[in-house]
Amino acid sequence: MICFFEKIGKKTLASFSKLGRATFFLIQVIKACLSVFLRPKLLLAQLYSIGVLSFMIITISGLFVGMVLGLQGFYILSDFGAEETLGLMVAASLVRELGPVISALLFAGRAGSALTAEIGLMKTTEQLSGMEMMAVDPIKRVIAPRFLAGFISMPILTTLFSSIGVIGGQIVGVIILGVDEGSYWSQMQANIDFQGDIINGVIKSIVFGVVISWIALFEGYDTIPTSEGVSRATTRTVVNSAFAILGLDFILTALMFGDI
Amino acid sequence: MQNTKIQDTLVGLFVASGIVAFFFMAMQISNLSPFSHEKVYTLKAHFENSGGLKVKSPVSIAGVRIGRVRKISVDKDSYDSVVEMDINSEYILPDDTTASIFTAGLLGEQYISLEPGGSNEMIKPNGVIDITQSAIVMEEMIGQFLFKDPSQE
Repeated sequence: MICFFEKIGKKTLASFSKLGRATFFLIQVIKACLSVFLRPKLLLAQLYSIGVLSFMIITISGLFVGMVLGLQGFYILSDFGAEETLGLMVAASLVRELGPVISALLFAGRAGSALTAEIGLMKTTEQLSGMEMMAVDPIKRVIAPRFLAGFISMPILTTLFSSIGVIGGQIVGVIILGVDEGSYWSQMQANIDFQGDIINGVIKSIVFGVVISWIALFEGYDTIPTSEGVSRATTRTVVNSAFAILGLDFILTALMFGDI
Repeated sequence: MQNTKIQDTLVGLFVASGIVAFFFMAMQISNLSPFSHEKVYTLKAHFENSGGLKVKSPVSIAGVRIGRVRKISVDKDSYDSVVEMDINSEYILPDDTTASIFTAGLLGEQYISLEPGGSNEMIKPNGVIDITQSAIVMEEMIGQFLFKDPSQE
């Protein structure tokens, strides 16, 4: 019986101390971010491996998500004779919800896992301690450029995802299914608000970018330095990022669009 | 050296495509048009019932949109609905203009339609439109239809 309570206590303490370590880690990284501007080459290399290499998966999924929205939306809206609002439906769902959330999930799978594995392996092979021995701060040299790159890439990838999704919806709705092109765009333009919808979507994506990079980098930095530890940390990154994205999305939506 | 050059170019293209996509969203999707920067003036109208009218609903003359609803509130004395609308300052209306609330289509959104009269006096900014016609509430119409006394016809 006591053993049972001991287990609960251990788990609670462990998760709280992890949360504390993660918070200190985030503060250190944010402090170190300024020094990245002294060496922009580091940031550029990370923008390439985090942003540019995620470009393909984001644009192709955006195209297909938009096409599916156009197809499904057309079948449902045509029951009510409201095919003209297809553009609004596609754009509103992409800009507000699907764009930020799906591109964040893809980003966590594509870039977040890679970040954790990279940092975790650096720790396992004692490269990070090696840097410290040479009086190079690994947080400044390794972590901060990756964090900034995630922070910058995420909104870019999200806007790309949403824009290409709207074009995908147009390909299916207008070109294949024959919705009038004028009403596709005009219904969209009349009802999508720049500040209310687009800016809020971009804010969501910035929040997701920070959270994913934070989780991925911390899991890598905090990993148990064995091969099994790295594999577990990579799994945890994807799972925790997915939880964080979906949970935060609900909270952000409630704050932005709801009247809570 | 050649390699980093390609990398730099690709990063540049990536950031530029993000900016292009953002402008595409602003201009093409949300139509961040000069309309919001145009000069507008405010008119008020009292309606007995403003139905499903919402903030940002269109205000139109002869089917052409010339403004948007800015605010809807209840008059504390008469319990009427007070609708404030922003009208594009290009359009000046005579003071016997009629404001009616119509529905676009059977299930569509409600909008205010203005019909200018023949008066020579114009409404000043922040003026009030006196002649109004309320929204048609479907339940009231059905109620009247159901409980109409057939012997009166």
